[in-house]
Amino acid sequence: MVGKREPLNDTATTKTGQSPSPSPPLATSMSGLLGNFSFKTLKLKTKQQELLIRVSILCLVYILAFITRLFSVLRYESMIHEFDPYFNYRTTLYLTEKGFYEFWNWFDSESWYPLGRIIGGTLYPGLMVTAAIIYWALRFLSFAVHIREVCVLTAPFFASNTTLVAYFFGKEIWDTGAGLVAAALIAICPGYISRSVAGSYDNEGVAIFALLLTFYLFVKAVNTGSLAWALGSALGYFYMVSAWGGYIFIINLIPLYVLVLLITGRYSMRLYVAYNCTYILGMLLAMQIRFVGFQHVQSGEHMAAMGVFFLMQVFYFLDYVKHLLSDSKMFQAFLRITVTCAVGVGGVALGVGTASGYISPWTGRFYSLLDPTYAKDHIPIIASVSEHQPTAWSSFMFDFHILLFLFPAGLYFCFKRLSDATIFVVMYGLTSMYFAGVMVRLILVATPAVCLISAIAVSATIKNLTQLARAKDKVSQTGSTKGTSSTKGSSKGSIDQSQPFQKNGALVLLFGAFYLLSKYATHCTWVTSEAYSSPSIVLAARGAHGNRVIFDDYREAYFWLRQNTPPDAKVMSWWDYGYQITAMGNRTVIVDNNTWNNTHIATVGRAMSSYEDEAYDIMRSLDVDYVLVVFGGVTGYSSDDINKFLWMVRIGGGVFPVIKEPDYLVNGEYRVDKGAAPKMLNCLMYKLSYYRFGELTTEYGKPPGYDRARGVEIGNKDIKLEYLEEAFTTSNWIVRIYKVKPPNNRW
Amino acid sequence: MGKASHSSTAQDAVALFDSIRSAYSATPTTLKIIDLYIGFAVSTALIQVVYMAIVGSFPFNSFLSGVLSCIGTAVLAVCLRIQVNKENKEFKDLAPERAFADFVLCNLVLHLVIMNFLG
Repeated sequence: MVGKREPLNDTATTKTGQSPSPSPPLATSMSGLLGNFSFKTLKLKTKQQELLIRVSILCLVYILAFITRLFSVLRYESMIHEFDPYFNYRTTLYLTEKGFYEFWNWFDSESWYPLGRIIGGTLYPGLMVTAAIIYWALRFLSFAVHIREVCVLTAPFFASNTTLVAYFFGKEIWDTGAGLVAAALIAICPGYISRSVAGSYDNEGVAIFALLLTFYLFVKAVNTGSLAWALGSALGYFYMVSAWGGYIFIINLIPLYVLVLLITGRYSMRLYVAYNCTYILGMLLAMQIRFVGFQHVQSGEHMAAMGVFFLMQVFYFLDYVKHLLSDSKMFQAFLRITVTCAVGVGGVALGVGTASGYISPWTGRFYSLLDPTYAKDHIPIIASVSEHQPTAWSSFMFDFHILLFLFPAGLYFCFKRLSDATIFVVMYGLTSMYFAGVMVRLILVATPAVCLISAIAVSATIKNLTQLARAKDKVSQTGSTKGTSSTKGSSKGSIDQSQPFQKNGALVLLFGAFYLLSKYATHCTWVTSEAYSSPSIVLAARGAHGNRVIFDDYREAYFWLRQNTPPDAKVMSWWDYGYQITAMGNRTVIVDNNTWNNTHIATVGRAMSSYEDEAYDIMRSLDVDYVLVVFGGVTGYSSDDINKFLWMVRIGGGVFPVIKEPDYLVNGEYRVDKGAAPKMLNCLMYKLSYYRFGELTTEYGKPPGYDRARGVEIGNKDIKLEYLEEAFTTSNWIVRIYKVKPPNNRW
Repeated sequence: MGKASHSSTAQDAVALFDSIRSAYSATPTTLKIIDLYIGFAVSTALIQVVYMAIVGSFPFNSFLSGVLSCIGTAVLAVCLRIQVNKENKEFKDLAPERAFADFVLCNLVLHLVIMNFLG
């Protein structure tokens, strides 16, 4: 047996060389090339070589996806990043310490004072439960890890798993080559890395895995028509619902896809089985998540899925009757009656449901996704978040790089070989690209689709090119050396006239493709290390001599709060810092990043933008003991509270018309220097940010009170505080904490 | 099929009904049993909906789990019917045993969830 392998291998390669269409799974170009040289000694079949190479590539990609996300740990330390992850970390800690029941029933009195928050019923528990299970599993295997390490590494771990899913997805929609390329592309794509570096312990980290898994299993179910795959898809959907609010995308995309198949006449029994099983089981499973509850039957966003479900039943029934009735005229009459009835009943049900208020209308968040200008006009709290802004072209280029122009090429290949699976991935790609254009953060959702479609382009192109290059090689060889096979060679030659140019052209193009891909790899690594690995809780800057300066002011301030304030102290700050204060400072906050109560946030915004005496009344009514502001005037840190201040004014003014935005502007211009509006110069936020700043010289050659973040000398250098006193300012002045004085004695 | 009675002339309706019935009588017995099961599940769902309309949907999760268990059962049975039907060429490769195993698995998950949801 073994002796036969080598010649068999050789004939296989010559065969692939001669015939323009080799058996596709047997020898992808790469394995054939490599196999001839290095695996001859191992005496493996071509198929085995291919398998070995594929598995080893996948392993490497799996590891690569994990380690490329570790820049932040190496640069800084193993810590949780940004804002939301601190809440997730805090809840995970609670879950591992107190167990499931306590976690479900947890009423958190430390946030949203005096309202509090029912944590168990208002969060997506998927991430916390996942991390806790990993933690318990490691503990069970007697690895003494800390829960923080588990949380930090959860996102990279799931990114690795996503590459595996991408491989299988690519295999399902195209072939194994496309799957491998998709896995490699998604492993290092910056659009995904931005949300899944080590330490970015956020819902999206596991949600993208769940999203892709659901889609993959659904496509698999549609392709096979098997109930088991549909069940898997429903379970994937359940995991997605438990992890992230973005599940809305799935529950709308899949019905849309089904609808498109119905309209284009691609309805099949397989589709019926896949969709109905996924929908019914997925909906039931999703209802078990308390935060989602009955939304699947009550909210307008989920109604499309239900409508398509009933449509499928009608469609199936009609199809069945058509099958039974041989008389087409009779069927036409039947069809007319049934369709009229079904549409009528559906319309009446929807109308009554909406009119009676049983089906809630679409929420503002949903509208703002469909219409990019909606949030700006109606919901300032959504528009104020930087990651909800419409995407700039540069950030598309930054996050996708070459994928941006491989994407249309991939679409071309998909349309050329249209099937149920490619239609799905095309629709996923197009819709998610639209949403990525609406909101920066939704680039994340588009990334898997872009990677998959680009992978098809790369794989198909390289395959064609290598075939071309190798075919010519063999033909010219056989044509020159062997006279016996000249008939074949001449027949081939007659088809392709310009042999040498084609071969050289193919080689050049191949070289170009590899050059582009290597550029992609370097770009991704550079972006990951430079842009996406900063924890934003510890800031780094270049010093005057090119050395790295670390500003650790946030943690300094939160630690001060934890150590020096009474345990029941209430801290008021803008909502961005709420999660961090509760998680690291362990103190009660008025508002935090879970922006569920707009009025409460507006109250804080109003306090910040009022004069000190008015603000004092508001703060007394909220029992505020400390006020925390973030100030970047000394370090030049630009995302501080003064730059966010206009949003406080807008959000405050949205609820309390006393606050008017024009009062803070001069000729429509926002400024803090001498020419600033008088209300601006005397509002609480200005006073707290610039208190005693007039005495400080920040830069050589500039007057005292020179604000480095905005590049101006401040307008009000002589700030007196009447109702508050400075309690703590961190070493670089980034965080400033003030104590609210008790009321004066009445006598 | 009751919808056919809406037809403009009663004669057409009768003719339609007759031809459907005669075509249906050729169905294998196993499929007829599944059809009976589906009809039972759908009618149970309808009874629950009518009951809800009269009495009210107060424990909403109970109502939902009742109706959805019926609809889910019916839909899964339809899927099984599609898969075991010999006339469907799409499912030639799928063994009826495999189809039935999938059906049982899905039902198991469905009813475990329903039990959890019943409240």
